[in-house]
Amino acid sequence: MSEDRGKAPRWAIWLPLALFAGFLALVMAGLFRPADRNVSSALVGKAMPRFDLPAALPGRPGLDSRALATGKPHLVNIFASWCVPCRVEAPQLGELARAGVPIQGISVRDTTENLQAFLAEHGDPFQRIGADDDGKVQLALGSSGVPETYVVDGKGTIVYQHIGEIRPEHVGFLLEKLKDAEQ
Amino acid sequence: MIAELGLAALWMAAALAALQLLFGSLGLTARGQVLGQAVRPVAIVQGLLALLAFLCLVYVFAVTDLSVRLVALNSHSMKPLVFKIAGSWGNHEGSMLLWVTVMGMAGGFVALVERRLPERTMLATLAGQAFVSLGFYAFLLLASNPFERLSPAPVEGNGLNPLLQDLGLAFHPPTLYLGYVGLSIAFSFAIGALVTREVGPPFARAMRPWVLAAWIFLTVGIAAGSYWAYYELGWGGWWFWDPVENASLMPWLAATALLHSCSVLAARNALRAWTVMLGVVAFSMSMIGTFLVRSGILTSVHAFAVDPERGTFILALLAIYIGGALTLFGLRASTVSEGERFAPISRESALVFNNVMLSAILGIVLFGTLYPLVAESMGAKVSVGPPYFNPMSAIFAVPMLVVLAVGPLLRWRRDTFARVGKGLVIPAMLVVTGAIALVVIGGVSLLPFLGLALALGLAWASVLPLKGRNLRRTPLPIWGMVVAHFGIAVSLFGMSSESAFSVEKLVAVRIGDIVEVGPWGVKLDTVEPVAGPNWTALEARLLVRYGTNGKVTRMLPQSRSFWAPPQQTSESALLTRWNGQLYAVLGGEAPRANGTDADGRWQLRLWWKPFAPLIWLGGLLVALGGLLALVGHVASDLRRIVARGKIAYRRERQGR
Repeated sequence: MSEDRGKAPRWAIWLPLALFAGFLALVMAGLFRPADRNVSSALVGKAMPRFDLPAALPGRPGLDSRALATGKPHLVNIFASWCVPCRVEAPQLGELARAGVPIQGISVRDTTENLQAFLAEHGDPFQRIGADDDGKVQLALGSSGVPETYVVDGKGTIVYQHIGEIRPEHVGFLLEKLKDAEQ
Repeated sequence: MIAELGLAALWMAAALAALQLLFGSLGLTARGQVLGQAVRPVAIVQGLLALLAFLCLVYVFAVTDLSVRLVALNSHSMKPLVFKIAGSWGNHEGSMLLWVTVMGMAGGFVALVERRLPERTMLATLAGQAFVSLGFYAFLLLASNPFERLSPAPVEGNGLNPLLQDLGLAFHPPTLYLGYVGLSIAFSFAIGALVTREVGPPFARAMRPWVLAAWIFLTVGIAAGSYWAYYELGWGGWWFWDPVENASLMPWLAATALLHSCSVLAARNALRAWTVMLGVVAFSMSMIGTFLVRSGILTSVHAFAVDPERGTFILALLAIYIGGALTLFGLRASTVSEGERFAPISRESALVFNNVMLSAILGIVLFGTLYPLVAESMGAKVSVGPPYFNPMSAIFAVPMLVVLAVGPLLRWRRDTFARVGKGLVIPAMLVVTGAIALVVIGGVSLLPFLGLALALGLAWASVLPLKGRNLRRTPLPIWGMVVAHFGIAVSLFGMSSESAFSVEKLVAVRIGDIVEVGPWGVKLDTVEPVAGPNWTALEARLLVRYGTNGKVTRMLPQSRSFWAPPQQTSESALLTRWNGQLYAVLGGEAPRANGTDADGRWQLRLWWKPFAPLIWLGGLLVALGGLLALVGHVASDLRRIVARGKIAYRRERQGR
């Protein structure tokens, strides 16, 4: 196999480059395809787990899961004042709230003062805020981190789970999901 | 303040890299030769500045400066110090900074010590190194600045993933990175050689220590990573063909091939174009692996900075560097003159065979890793696992292992099987005996069967090159080869035995119950809560006994709950004996059966894995072999330099 192998044919020399070009084409397609690479949560399509969280702020009701089954879709946002990405998503939540979306908050392991300071600075889109001081509800929702946002339809069924902060480019998509949930 | 210092150092290092590229390229022209003299010092200072930037990052992590965004996102004031420090590279930005630091330091080191190659080749090499570094500096500074401030500073950080809060893992990424990035030197040497058309034994000898060193780190890193996955994830497996594991395996395969073709080039001046291509491919695999992991394009248990924008940036870098290098290779390779010839039965041929097989396995792994992407573009979601990877890579690994037994005994240039045949009788008999024994035992599937039988023969054959040699005068690189090949046999034996003879039990037991696992009796003694610095746990005390009258030993598996960030992990307990490992994981409290009050039962998962530790012991032997070879080569280089110095000195004294 060696003697005639001394000099590779011309095309063989360009073979690595050709293979690499194929690789590039493949991953470009993968990167730019608007595919949903979301891991679909086991809870999507299921009813919201039962919970009744106490009020996180004085003068604002806490969050009872039954309050979600009002016939209208809601957003349920898990957040915390100590969570950095939550600051990033605050403007987008504000935008959604101004668009008339009812947003319910679950604040995870937080204090009243920190929470007030956070809302004062970054805006307050929430109708109700339940205090999840030991993270139990967060775990029950199958949420692995903060922030996460759930789209819940009028019957209290989770139709979509958004993991991580809501970026400006996600707003349209969430509004669509809410609209779908209305039907 | 320190963070700003780090950022400044990083910018300066990037500027110096630009300067290094400029001077290195100009130095190649007739008019710019003076500038070429500045390249080596610039490379050294660039490396030191990158190191300074990295040390600044380690410092802000060590003191938990929460006004730095990266620290706030990835650290926590309550963490033990060693994990705070490890946190500096346990995230995307920090690990990219580590990447450029290693790259800068390696380039600086080459500039400092490597004087064998023609100066023009060195200039091209250092310019190439700077060119590659520059892209990664740009990536860091423009797309993932590790020193970004946060205002106002949060009161507390987000914490580090509990799975990563483990000593072994704290030092696993830097080890792998030394390997990945060390290969960049081979890449730059290949570029330098292509640009100046200097492909020959001196090029191979200059490149070899770098490839060896990088390969040693990769080997240790992969072995350590596999062991970490084995005991930390609590799944009882040690290799999952996960994209991230493949990302580290692919550069290793390419580097292994490169290492072998380097010795052909160094000793016999053959395989010139092939060696250069492998030099390019090895580091390309490091970059492709990093890209696949970082872009989030493949779903993986390790996926950490899932961000398409960053993915696009790295992809652009890949296109420039790999595409550029392969184009250069295509243009120049046909002009690289043909190397020495050799007969079909010769050491060279065996090494060519090894190279082809390693490249084939590399192709198999790469294809399997990318296949989900191909399938996704056709609208299907698939994951590719062991049923593909194991048999497909075995098709090429088995012939390679057979040649591995024979190849080191062959002479360079031309040989006959008749000459080496006698020595191989015993290994062949071992293989046959092993095979018969396994058939008698029965129930062993094909791959472990082949692995066990081959491992026996290979272990014997691997030490044959020492036969008839004066052991004290045998050069270190030969020892290195023998130890590394023996390590392959040891590791193969461990893998096959683990896969053929493991016993697994999943049970729900009450306190006081006894379970049998293989030769072990396991008694659940107590389950009690314990607390650590940032976690609480339930700890089971197991009393285990080997055989019927062995000594009773304690094992303490834990089910841990971390609270920053909140996460459950299983801390497995391992008990190692010379002939295997007992592996215990505590699950939670068992659910009640049919509504009766059956609580007080605990889930236990137990494995008896005969000879499993040999997998990693073999890996370490392979790395040790590499180390011996490295020390041997470097020592003989040093001796040559000293001898040359002495001769020059004598000549001077004699006034010649």
